[in-house]
Parts: sequence; C-alpha cells; structure tokens
Amino acid sequence: MSAKARSATMPVVITANRLRDGRVVWLGAGTAWVEALAQARAVTGDDAAAALVLGQQAEKAMQVVGVYAAEVTLSAAGPQPVSQKERIRAAGPSTEAAAQLAA
Amino acid sequence: MPEAPYIPQPEHARTYRYDAVDREFLAQRIAEFRDQVARRLAGELTEDEFKPLRLMNGLYLQLHAYMLRVAVPYGVLNSAQLRQLGMIARRWDRGWGHFTTRQNIQFNWTQLTDVPAMLDALAAVDMHAIQTSGNCIRNTTTDEFAGAAADEIADPRVYAEILRQWSTLHPEFTWLPRKFKIAIRGAEADRIASRTHDVAVQVKRDAAGAVGFTIQVGGGMGRTPILAVPLFEFVPEAEFLRTMEAILRVYNALGQRENIYRARIKILVRDLGRDGFLDLVQQELARMPLAPYRLAPEVVQAIRAHFAPPPFAPAGDAAAALARATLAEPEFAAWVALNTRPHRQAGYASAVISLKPVGGIPGDATAAQMEAVADLAERFAFGELRVSHTQNLVLPHVRQDELYALWQGLLAAGLATANFGQGSDIIACPGLDYCALANARSIPISQQISRVVDALDRTHVLGELQIKISGCINACGHHHVAHIGILGVDKHGAEAYQITLGGAPGNDAAIGELIGPSFSYEAVAGAVEKILLTHIGLRAPGERFVDTYRRVGQAPFKEALYARA
Ligand code: SF4
Repeated sequence: MSAKARSATMPVVITANRLRDGRVVWLGAGTAWVEALAQARAVTGDDAAAALVLGQQAEKAMQVVGVYAAEVTLSAAGPQPVSQKERIRAAGPSTEAAAQLAA
Repeated sequence: MPEAPYIPQPEHARTYRYDAVDREFLAQRIAEFRDQVARRLAGELTEDEFKPLRLMNGLYLQLHAYMLRVAVPYGVLNSAQLRQLGMIARRWDRGWGHFTTRQNIQFNWTQLTDVPAMLDALAAVDMHAIQTSGNCIRNTTTDEFAGAAADEIADPRVYAEILRQWSTLHPEFTWLPRKFKIAIRGAEADRIASRTHDVAVQVKRDAAGAVGFTIQVGGGMGRTPILAVPLFEFVPEAEFLRTMEAILRVYNALGQRENIYRARIKILVRDLGRDGFLDLVQQELARMPLAPYRLAPEVVQAIRAHFAPPPFAPAGDAAAALARATLAEPEFAAWVALNTRPHRQAGYASAVISLKPVGGIPGDATAAQMEAVADLAERFAFGELRVSHTQNLVLPHVRQDELYALWQGLLAAGLATANFGQGSDIIACPGLDYCALANARSIPISQQISRVVDALDRTHVLGELQIKISGCINACGHHHVAHIGILGVDKHGAEAYQITLGGAPGNDAAIGELIGPSFSYEAVAGAVEKILLTHIGLRAPGERFVDTYRRVGQAPFKEALYARA
C-alpha cells in the first residue's frame, strides 16, 4: 500500500495491480499504466516521490490497487527488478508446467 | 445478469444437496456481491472498504491476479461439480485449478469483473466460496476415504455436514480472534493430520454401538507449531454441537485479538494448560441447557440420507480378476499397490488419482483433466469424488475388476502416476510464484525434489516418505509435520530454505526438528538427496526414512549435510 523504505539514489518503478483484473502493472510514460516492466518509467529522488503521488491518484481513480515503489537497476533492456518477488511479478510464475500451460 | 441454470447432480453421487432455502440464500448473496463489485469499480467503495467484503466471498488479491478460493465441503465432490470446476477454469481462468491442503480449489488468474459470473456457475452445482477466508470457521476437512474405508467406524461426512450447517454464517463466530479449522475422521487411522487443527474430532462408537466423539483441541502450525491435546474422550452424539459451541465461546471470549501471532486457540490452550481450558469449557457448558443445542437423532438421520451407500454390485470374482490383471501388467500392479486402498464393501477399492506427476506442480489439474476425471467418476465410481489434504483426488468406490479400465483412462489423461504416499507425492503450497505473503518459491523446489526422489526410488525403493514445502512460516504446505519439511525463508533478500526432519502428521504425529543452517535455492534439492542417501546407508530392511531418523537421531544427517569435504 505504501512506499517501501529505499535508498535515495536507487532507481525505482511505481507498480500496482490493476483493479479490474488484478494484473501487474507499472507506471509508464505520463500517467499510463503498462503491462511490461521494460516500458516502465524508472525514477529517483524527487521524481520518485512525484511518480508515487501519481500512482496514488490512480488508486483513487479506481485504476489500480496497492501502489508502491519497487527498486530496480537499469540496463539496456530497461529496468531490472532487484527482489525475487518483483522478478516473479514481472516475468510471471517461474514454474515449468505453468509456463507450458499458459503458452 | 441471469443466474446460471441449475445443473442436475448425478443420480447416485453422495453429496449434500441444497434445498430451496439454501439456493435462495446463495442467489441473494451473489447478487449482493455483484453489487459490491459494481460499486467498487464505480468508485463508491475504497479498497479498504471492499477488501473485507471480497475476502468474505473467498476473493484474494495475489501476486499476479485475484485468486478465488472455492470451498469443497469436507473434500467431497460429485462429477457434475468437478466438470463445472473444469468449465470455470477454462472460461474464466487460464485452463487449470489448484487443489489445496484444505481440500479446496483455487483459481489463480481470476479477474474481478468475472467473479459474480463465476459464483453463479458455482451456485449452479451447489458450491460457493463463502468462509474460505477471514476469522471464521473454515471448511471442515475429513478423510479422503470417508464413506468407503475398510477401517471406518462411522461415516465422518455426516458430522462434517452437520458442522458445516452449524458453522456457516454462525452469528456468534463470524468474527473470531483468528481463523478456525476443524478436522473430523471416522477411523482409528489418522489420515487427516488431526492434531494440526484447532479442533480435531474422531467419531467413535461405544460398546452399545452409540456414536460419540473424541475431541482434541489447540493444534496449529504457523510460526508456533503445536499438536492438539485431548479434551474429551467421548462426547455423546446429542451433545456434540453444544460442546463445540462451548469450546468456540471460550476461545471467542479469551483469544488474544490484539496480536495476530498469539490469536489462535493453540496459544490460549497452551497458556491456560489443557486442564485450565477444560475447566472454562465445562463452566460454559454448565450455563448452556442441552435442549436448544441438542443434536436430535432425526436430524442426523436426515443428513445421513444424503450419504447413503451407492448401489454396490455383488463382489463376484472381482478380486480374482484384479489379481489376473496385475500379474499381466507390472506397471498397473505398481499403481494398484500404491494408489488403491481397501474398501469396506467386498469387491471394491478406493483409487487415488495422484496430482503429483514427477516434475509437475503439486495439486494442479487442467480443465481437460478435471473433465476426464469427472467422466471416469461417472463410469467407475457412481459419480463420487474426494479431494485429499495431500492435494490428490480420490474415486472412493471402484469395483476391483474395473480398476484396470480406470487405470487406462487415467493413463490417457496423464493422471496415472503411481506415487501416493511416496517421496514424490510432495505437498507444496503456491509459494512465491503466486502468493503475496511468500518469502520463497515452493513449487519449483518440489519439482526439483520430486525428480531427485523419483530417481532414488527407482534404485533404492524408499517406501512411505512425506516431503512437504511451505513458502513462508504460515505453513500452508504442512512442513512442520513432514518427514522432511522444507520452509522458505528470506535471507538477506535471497530465497533460502530451512530443513526439518522427523515430523509426522498422523497417529505418530510429531513436529519436525530443524537440522541446521538453511540452504540456497540451488542447493536444497541436493541437500534432500544427501539426507536420503544417508538414510539408505543406515536403514534396516524395509525401514522408512522417518523411522531411521527417530532411531539414529540427527547426527549422521547433520554430518552428511554440513561436514566439510
Ligand atoms: S505458506 Fe506462506 S507462501 Fe505458502 S501459501 Fe501459505 S502464506 Fe503463501
């Protein structure tokens, strides 16, 4: 529900679950919510605080649930999650059969 | 939106049938939730306001989506219900469902907007998702061989249904200090992990054949695992509900609501002591006249009628035909040896359908598999099914001379794994792949371990072995009462796994002991292999792992796991 404690310099993405279907989304460009972490906007410092406020507004506007900031590192392919939980949220379940069934 | 049309239940399937009042209540409840969903989407309800309402209807928000947990009352299903669950999985989920240790089913990819229609589809087969969450009395669990087992003294389904009716929407027990789990069995053999429950009931008969109940209280897992202790040796049938009511009242009044980790009845019973708790229950009973709570024989009889035995055929030479088939086909013989259990009716057996293919996801079944099993239940088992707390399915009544045809049907559906009660029949919770509370993944660990165990089993025949995995200390995967228990923890932000040895869930119930420091995600399957190789080196002929461990203690296993090379 709230921003996690994080270092001031570590980039973060703003993430939540979409209200209608519960799917994992990230705050992308402007006020758009995107389904791929690669399109998420990574922010730091004051920009992170402002992005979190945007997220909380989207929560009030019934777009998303449970907004928080998740730490990422930056790579050529886009933001990369730091925690295992965020990696799984971004990539989906790591179980083999689930991947086969969903394909 | 129209309600889903009522689907007739198979003629002989012994499930409790709703009456017009039950159906009307469910229809009203779904209409209420449909309105609540609409108000949430329209912004008239905040998430804080909506969350308790959705949880009352079994709807969680997990990692990737909403999750709908559907109650399978005491694990008893009929073929029409299972087919409908398959339809729900296909239409509103991603084509599969997950059977849990609470004998329920979960749909992991639910969309909020679909939930009212899913609840309509459940109501069409007398099912719902009420009381699968929250601090109330949850689904009572029972023996997966109930109504069939050769060693059964009384049918626990009758009393599980009485408990269901008593506990559903019970006005006094809707806001308990914490959730409350009851298990009930009708045989001496404990196949339901009795002592891990808040209350464990065993249906018995006295010398005159009258039914009564042994009641144990104060068990639970989570961060403080405790085994239930005896409270009453023989409560007469008429006093059953009064006694349950008194136990719940004492807990409701004195359970510690202010601390979630001390709120379960196990802490209250531990703190008061068994005698102190019993004293309070007896004081409460003294204030309760029997008449309003009396369980009348005609009520029991009316419920028993729902579970009347199916029209069994005479045994004939069914046993001899089975013996011939097992001689002809070793693979079938192996399945019969491991996945069937003795039936009280001559010529019949109960058949376990393992949902634990080696390398697969414990408890998962695809929509096609659910439909195939529903068809097989109709062909071979009077349309009856059970869900076990070990996350498998059971066809309770199969003629012995039809087991071969059943097995062929299971082979075709990819469901003929012969491993019930063996090392690859692993209980695993959803863990970090799905669960918002998890520290670490459970399912991929179970997939790795099932391959390791299966390979060892082929050469060394490990026999009965219970491996259970939880992704956090909530212990949904029952790791505390596993022969080899695995608990996912967070170690400086990385997944790590603690291993406990020597636990057991049944008549020899015990809490497993931590063997030492935790293992990384990459190392845990190898650690289990070392434990089993140590057992193989030390075991007496035919000795189970847990018996070797109890005989020799921790030292050789510690040595194998932690000694420097
Ligand atoms: S044990 Fe923990 S991780 Fe596993 S299902 Fe329960 S709450 Fe989730």
